[in-house]
Amino acid sequence: MPSILQSEQPAGAWRARIAAAAPAAQAGLLREAAREVRRRILRAIGRAGAGHVGGDFSVADILTVLFLGVLRLDPSQPHWPERDRMILSKGHCSAALYAVMATAGFFDLAELDSFMAPLARLNGHPNRKIPGVEANTGPLGHGLPIAVGSAIAARIAGASWRSFVVLGDGELQEGSNWEAAMAAGHRGLGTLTAIIDRNRLQQGARTEDTNRLEPLADKWRAFGWAVSELDGHDIPALLALLRAEPPPEGPPRCVIAHTKKGRGASFMEDRVEWHHKVPSAEQIALALAEIDAA
Amino acid sequence: MSQETAKPRLTTSAMIASLAAEGQRTRPAPFGHALAALARTRPEIVGMTADLSKYTDLHIFAEAFPERFYQMGMAEQLLMSAAAGMAREGFLPFATTYAVFASRRAYDFICMAIAEENLPVKIVCGLPGLTTGYGPSHQATDDLAIFRAMPNLTIVDPCDALDIEGAVPAIADHPGPVYMRLLRGQVPLVLDEYDYRFTLGRAALLRDGADVLIIASGLMTMRALDVATALRADRIEVAVLHVPTIKPLDRAAILHEAARAGRLVVVAENHSVIGGLGEAVASLLMQAGVFPVFRQIALPDEFLAAGALPTLHDRYGLSVAAMQATLKRFLSQ
Repeated sequence: MPSILQSEQPAGAWRARIAAAAPAAQAGLLREAAREVRRRILRAIGRAGAGHVGGDFSVADILTVLFLGVLRLDPSQPHWPERDRMILSKGHCSAALYAVMATAGFFDLAELDSFMAPLARLNGHPNRKIPGVEANTGPLGHGLPIAVGSAIAARIAGASWRSFVVLGDGELQEGSNWEAAMAAGHRGLGTLTAIIDRNRLQQGARTEDTNRLEPLADKWRAFGWAVSELDGHDIPALLALLRAEPPPEGPPRCVIAHTKKGRGASFMEDRVEWHHKVPSAEQIALALAEIDAA
Repeated sequence: MSQETAKPRLTTSAMIASLAAEGQRTRPAPFGHALAALARTRPEIVGMTADLSKYTDLHIFAEAFPERFYQMGMAEQLLMSAAAGMAREGFLPFATTYAVFASRRAYDFICMAIAEENLPVKIVCGLPGLTTGYGPSHQATDDLAIFRAMPNLTIVDPCDALDIEGAVPAIADHPGPVYMRLLRGQVPLVLDEYDYRFTLGRAALLRDGADVLIIASGLMTMRALDVATALRADRIEVAVLHVPTIKPLDRAAILHEAARAGRLVVVAENHSVIGGLGEAVASLLMQAGVFPVFRQIALPDEFLAAGALPTLHDRYGLSVAAMQATLKRFLSQ
C-alpha cells in the first residue's frame, strides 16, 4: 500500500502546521489530515485483519479536529499537567484514536503497524499504557463517569484544563452514562464536553430499532446540559463549535455530531455489517481511491 | 397467656444492627473519626459516597471537611469511575457504599477504571458478610469471592474499632486500590487488650494454644477470641491468628502457625464458604505441602434468611455459642 507511506509526514508535524496556518486555511489542513487518518486506519486494520472500521470512519473527523485543532496538549509530554483530558469512550474505535494520536505525534507512525499484534500495546481497545490515552475503555459507558471525576478534580484544583469525552450513540443505552449525565448537570460542570458520534447504527442494527435513543437532544437538555447538533463530518463547523469556550460554571456541553458509519468509503457508508467487518485488499484499494479523490 | 409471650419478641434487625455484645466496650464511628483525623494533614483526601454517608460513618468526615465531601447520589458506577477520575489527578478518594453494591453493581467500573490502572481509590463498604438482618439484597456474603480475583486490589477486613483506626492511615499510604470491609456505628473495642497494631499485609497471633488454631478475619476474630476464652473451661487450648489483610495474604505467618504439629486448623470468616479466606488459606497450605486437619467456619453456599442478627448468627454458625459447638464437633471427629 505505497500510497499511504508516500503521504506520511513526520510525527507531530500536523499540529504545528495547523497551529501556524491562517484561520481560513486550518479547516483545509484538517480535512487533509482526516484523509491521512482514514488511510492509516485502513492500513492498520488491513494488516491486523481485525478492527471496527465503520465506527472508526464515523468518528475520524471528530477525533482529527479535536487532537489536531482543539485540544491543548503536548504530544512530547503526554502527562503535561495542564493538558486537556480527552477520553474515547467508544473504545472499540481504537484504530481511529491511535491513527489520530500518531498523527498528532504521541508515538511513531510506524507503531501503527503493530495494531492488534500479539502483546503489542496498541490493543483493540485503548489502554493507559499508551502515552496520551487517558482511560482504559472497551466496556461501554465508562468514559463519561470518569470524566465527571476529572471535571470535579479540575474544579477543586482551580485548574484551567478541560475534559472531553467522545461517545458512541449505541453506548448511550448503558445506564452509567445517565448516572454521569445527571451528576454533571447537577454540578454544572461547564468544563466538560461530551461529543456523541451519532451514526445511528450499533453493533447489530439501527439504534432506533434496538433501544430507541430519540428524542436524544431533549434527553440531554432534561439532564441539564447545553446541547448543540451539527454534521460530524463538517470540519469547519466542528472546529468552530469545539473551539468555543463555554463558561466553566455553566452547564456541561453535549455535542450531537450526526455522522455516517463507514464515512469515506461509499460501499461501507451507513451499513451495519461494517461495524466489525474487515475490508479485503481489493476493498482497501477501492476505499483508498475514494479517500484520495474526496 | 403463656410464659412464652413474656419473652421479648424477636424482630428483623435494623438495617445496621450493632455487633456489640451486652456491656461490650465500643467506640463510635471509628472510620469516620480516623479519616477526619488523617485528612487534617492529608489535603489530597476526599470523601465520596453513593448516598450512604451516615451508614458508612463518612458523615463525620463530611462534617469536618464539607468542601472535600462529594455526594454522588445513588449511582455506584459513577461513584467508582468519578473516584478514578479524581485519583488520577492526584486526589486520594475514600469512596463508600454498601458491600453488595460495590461488589455486585459496580464491579466492571472498579475493575477497569480503578484496579487496572492501579489507582489509589479506597473503597470502604458497610454491611460485609452477614452484618444485617435484611436478607440477601443487603448481605454481602460473596464480596470476598468477587473481589479476590481482581488484580492489584488489596482487601482488608478489620476486626474492631482499633483495627479500623489503624487501617485507615495504612490503606491511605498504600499506593494502589483497596477494598475495606467496614463495621460502623458503635463498633466493639477488643484488640486494645492485646499487643497488637494493624499492619497492612501482616497477620498477628493474638493468643497461642496447643489444640486448635483459628485463623480469622473481621468480626470473626472477635468471636474466635471469645470462643478461645470459653473453651478453656473444657481444657481446650485455642490459638487465634488474626488475618486483617485478605489479599495479599501473609503467607509466612499462616504457614508458620499452620505447620505446627498436632493442631486442628479452622478458618473462621464472615463470608460464604466459597471464595473467601478459608479457600485462600486452603490453597496456600496445599501448595506449600502443609497438611493439617483443616476445617472452615463460614456462611453456607445459599441465600440467607432475613431476621434478627443474633439469631441469624446462631443459625448460620457465626455466634460464639455456635462456633463453640462446631469446634467441639470438629475435635470429636
